[in-house]
This record gives sequence, C-alpha cells and structure tokens, in this order.
Amino acid sequence: MTPNLVYVIVVGVLVGAGVSLLLERTLTRIIIGVVLIGNGVNVLILMGGAFGAPPIVGDGPDADLSDPLPQAMILTAIVITLGITAFLLAMAYRSWQLLGHDEVQDDDEDTRIIGLADRDEGPRAKEDDAEDLPNPVYSCEPGKERR
Amino acid sequence: MTWLVPLPVVVPLLGAALTLMMARRPTAQRTVSLTALAATLAVSAMLLALTVTEGPQVVAVGGWPPPLGIVLIADKLAALMLVVSTAVTLCVLVYSIGQGAADGDTETPLSVYHPTYLALTAGVTNAFLSGDLFNLYVGFEVLLVASYVLLTLGSTENRIRAGTTYVVVSLLSSVIFLSALGLVYAATGTLNMAQLAGRFDALPDNLRLLLQGMLLLAFGIKAAVFPLGAWLPDSYPTAPAPVTAVFAGLLTKVGVYAVIRTETLLFPDGRIGDVLLVVSLLTMVVGILGAVAQSDVKRLLSFTLISHIGYMLFGVALASEAGLSGAIFYIAHHITIQTTLFLAAGLMERRGGSTALDRLGGLGRLAPVLAVLFFIPALNLAGIPPFSGFLGKLGLLQAGVDDAGPLAWAVVAGGVVTSLLTLYAIGRVWNLAFWRTPHPDMPTAADEADGSTVLLPKLMLAPTFALVAFGIALTVVAGPLFDLTSEAAGDLLLRTPYIEAVFPDGAP
Repeated sequence: MTPNLVYVIVVGVLVGAGVSLLLERTLTRIIIGVVLIGNGVNVLILMGGAFGAPPIVGDGPDADLSDPLPQAMILTAIVITLGITAFLLAMAYRSWQLLGHDEVQDDDEDTRIIGLADRDEGPRAKEDDAEDLPNPVYSCEPGKERR
Repeated sequence: MTWLVPLPVVVPLLGAALTLMMARRPTAQRTVSLTALAATLAVSAMLLALTVTEGPQVVAVGGWPPPLGIVLIADKLAALMLVVSTAVTLCVLVYSIGQGAADGDTETPLSVYHPTYLALTAGVTNAFLSGDLFNLYVGFEVLLVASYVLLTLGSTENRIRAGTTYVVVSLLSSVIFLSALGLVYAATGTLNMAQLAGRFDALPDNLRLLLQGMLLLAFGIKAAVFPLGAWLPDSYPTAPAPVTAVFAGLLTKVGVYAVIRTETLLFPDGRIGDVLLVVSLLTMVVGILGAVAQSDVKRLLSFTLISHIGYMLFGVALASEAGLSGAIFYIAHHITIQTTLFLAAGLMERRGGSTALDRLGGLGRLAPVLAVLFFIPALNLAGIPPFSGFLGKLGLLQAGVDDAGPLAWAVVAGGVVTSLLTLYAIGRVWNLAFWRTPHPDMPTAADEADGSTVLLPKLMLAPTFALVAFGIALTVVAGPLFDLTSEAAGDLLLRTPYIEAVFPDGAP
C-alpha cells in the first residue's frame, strides 16, 4: 500500500502546528500543541497498516481487510494522551491558582548561577572566603537571604 | 516455571489497586505496599536464578502465540535489572514510610503516594520484561505518568514549576518514541522484538539508520544523555527526598536499558558506535563540570547522575562483550549508589534544615552516623578502590583500552578525569557540610528535646543503612556478578538465545 498524500500532509500540518505551540511559554498552549502532535502521530501510525474493509473475519475475503493492529495501537495512544491532557490541565489550573498565570517559570538555581557568573564569583571564590571566617555566615547575594 | 514472569508487573499493579481502595486506612496501605514489593523482590530473585540455570523465560500474554500476541521475556539482563531495581524501590518505600511517620504527612499526601509508587514500580518492571516494542512504550508511559504525579505531590509552587519542565520534555520523548513505532511497523509489519531482529537486517541501510536515530533520541531524552539531559537537574531536586532517590536510581536507567536492548538486538552492526562514543564523552565531562559548579547537594548529585550515565553509554558504544558487561555491572552499581546518596541527602536536609551547602556545616560532629552513611557511597561513586564503583570503571576502561581506537582512548581519558572531578565535587560536599562549624540556623539537639520533631528517625536511617550495605555487598560479590554480566553481554551479542526463546522453530 502506498501512503495517501492527503494523510502525509495532514500529519505534517498537525505536527508542525503542534511543535510551534509547544514552543510557547503558556501551559495552555503547550497542552493544545501536545494534543495536536498526538493526533498527528496517530494518523502516522494509521498509515503504517493496510487499508480496507472492517477487520472482521468472515465478512469478506481476508486480503481485503484493513490491518487492525495500528488501530489498536492508536486506541492505546489516545487513552494515554487523554490521561496526560487531564493531568496537564490540572497542572495549568494549579499554576493559575498559585501564580495568577500559567507561564513556565525560569529555574531559581539557574538564575542564581547565571548571576554568579555575571559578577565573576564562582563557587570556588566563596570557599576561599569561607576559610577566613571563624563562623561562616555568608550568602551568595550579600544582604539578601536565599530562599 | 514461566508463570513467574508476569508476576513482577501484576503484583505491584494489584497492590496499587488495593492501596487505592484503602485510601483512608494508612496502616493497611503500608502493609499492602510493603508486602507487594517484598513479593516482587522474591519473584525477581527466583527469575534471576531460573534464567541463569535454564536460560530466558518467555510468556505469551493471554495465550496468543508470538508474533500475534505480546511476549514478556526475562533474560539474564532483564532479571538482574529487576532484582536490583526492586531491592532499591523496597528500601526507598521503607524510608518514605519513616519520613511520613516523622513528618505527619504535611507535604506528601499518603493516600495517593502508595498507589502511585506501586504503579511506578509496575511500569519499570514492565519495561524491563517487555519483548514487544509497543509494550515497552506502554511500560514507559505507566512509569512516566506515575512519576508526573510523584514529582508534583502536594503541588507547591516549586513543584509545579519543576513538574512543567519535566512533563513537557517527557511528553516530547514519548511522542518521538511513538512516531518511531509507527514507522517501524510500517517498514517491517511487526513490533515483536525477536521478529524485528531478523526483519531489520533486510531493510535498506538509510531507513534503518533513521529508525535507529529516532529510537535513540527518544531513549536518550529519558536517559538524560548530553545534550538531551538538561531537564533533569531542574526537575529532580524539588521532589520529596524519597521520590528524587527512586527517580535518580531507576528512571534514567530504564532509558539506558532500552538503549542496550535495542542497540544489541535490533541494530547489532554498530554503525553509530563513534557517535555514541562522542556523546558518552560529552555526557561525562559536561555533567561533572555542572556538578562542580553547584552549591546545593541535591542539584550537585543530579549532575553527577547525568555524568555517570556517560560511563554506561561508553560500554554500549564499544559493543564488545567486555564493554557491555562493564555497562551492565555499572548500571547495577549506579542504581544502588545514586539512590543511597539521594537518601543520605534527604537525611542531611532533615538534620541540617537545608540542602544548600552555604547553610550546612559541622554535620560530621552533630550526626556521625549520617556522616558514615554519606561517606561510603560517596567514595563508591567517585570510584575509590576497593568499592564497586572502582571495579565498574576499571572494567569499562579496560574494555576501552582493548578497543584501542583513538576515540575510545579519548573517552578512557575523559572517564578518568570525570572520576577525579567526581571525587572533587563529592569532597566539596564533605568539606562544606560535614566539617566546619555548624551554621547558626541549623536545628540543634534542643529542637528535638521538646518532642516536636525527630531529626533522624530510625525508620529512615535503617533503609539507608541497608542500601549502603547492599552497595558494599555488590563490591564483595563483584567477581560472580561480573561473570553473570559477561554471560548476559555474551547472550546480548549472540542474539540467538533471545530470538530462539521466543521462536523455538525460527522467526516467521
């Protein structure tokens, strides 16, 4: 069986749109992106099997039946995508509850280490300071308590 | 005795269902999950004995003969992984029960914890036992979805932020895996791994390379290989200590296991060995340089975790019996040691009130037991003789020297440097957290005296101690264990023991 061009274009458009949504910073858009990519991949799996009549033995000649295995796999994939979408939605809602938005945040430690590099004091510099202090109370950002 | 094979998947799943029904009865929940995991461990040990004496054990699920139905296969590699991972999950479960009992469960709602934890175990065992690529995908999804829940337990602000990164990256890897499966099925008409082994040989080279690349990319994200591992240190440290410990021990290793299985069984020609060598070198070096820059114990350990994945990948890339054997030994060693270190870090957080190195100090004098529990696995990780970390690295480096290619020599040098830098990173933690004068903000014995908290609960110390002992036991039995991993590696390279176990009359 040769793949139908319409299916190939559908897969391309769905996955392409999904990827561009996945690159957004808001979780709700990421969720829509995930759903689109999931559906695109499902169509891709569908193209892998033979097309034909409903796969019920005895309904017609065996050679005319479609391949039921990709359909079974897609069913499993749909269930998994459903569960994950529900979980992501709950997470987006919780993020909105806590922060008032659902944007993906920068990591605290990353921001801190970038700050250290900007001021040219690596962890090494801190240790050297520590040896001179009898009771080392030092913070990476002077005057500001780390969380 | 093949009826034993599905039990490591079925027993935790049944346990998960039971504990979910007992949501309001914490004592019953604990009993059920402990029993389920202990039973799984016993079954896994029996399976390992069976595979050593009788060869791979195969079960066709639902009685459908392969390649129509799904098969579960326990060969030496899978059985060894099962034993080590279940032993570790059991210890971590005891530790988390100890922590829950001491904390009054403010941050970890117990009713969800046990079912999810058991589902995670079932996903891991299913991935190890699966003889079918789609079932491997399902195993991955089960363990990933369980890990999403465990990582965001209590859904505090930090955990939601860390969870977002983790979930989205994992989803991406799952999607790549799933599209690879669609293409593999379209190209070969089967997903049974034993059958695929024969059919891949007949495919055009370029198509095979594409499928291999997609599978490697999907597993590489899960295994946190450079440059696909940047999500790991951002997400792991925020979870509760036992959750981080079990993630660090198991999840990345399932990815490495999948790489080993597919590379040896489906793509034995070793065409991309050089690419894997470069990736393993970069994973080691970049990972450990990240660890050196950290000032938080949990993040530092997360970076050493990434870095040491490079050693396992090195063994896979060499594709020789010695290399694979070293990689399998190193997985067993690393699951144990990395989990132990994260459990010790959890204890440091309790005793010191923080995991930030600039807020810790003097733990060696305040808590000598904890110091021992950290020091032994730390030296083991850095590869100090005579521990298993040294033996595993030695095996891998010898395999690299035997290979004698210029790239292999470069990775050998990188491996030695990484080992030394690990010692430096771990030594920094030791100097800053266990020596020095105690930080004034740290909890003191007086806080414990009023009865409000227990700084080091016995139920948390005991499983950590058990894992330290398990790590030492790996060192003691290293000789027989290396024999076992060599046999497993030999079987992997031959491929016929695996294929003939599924299709005794030849693959259709």
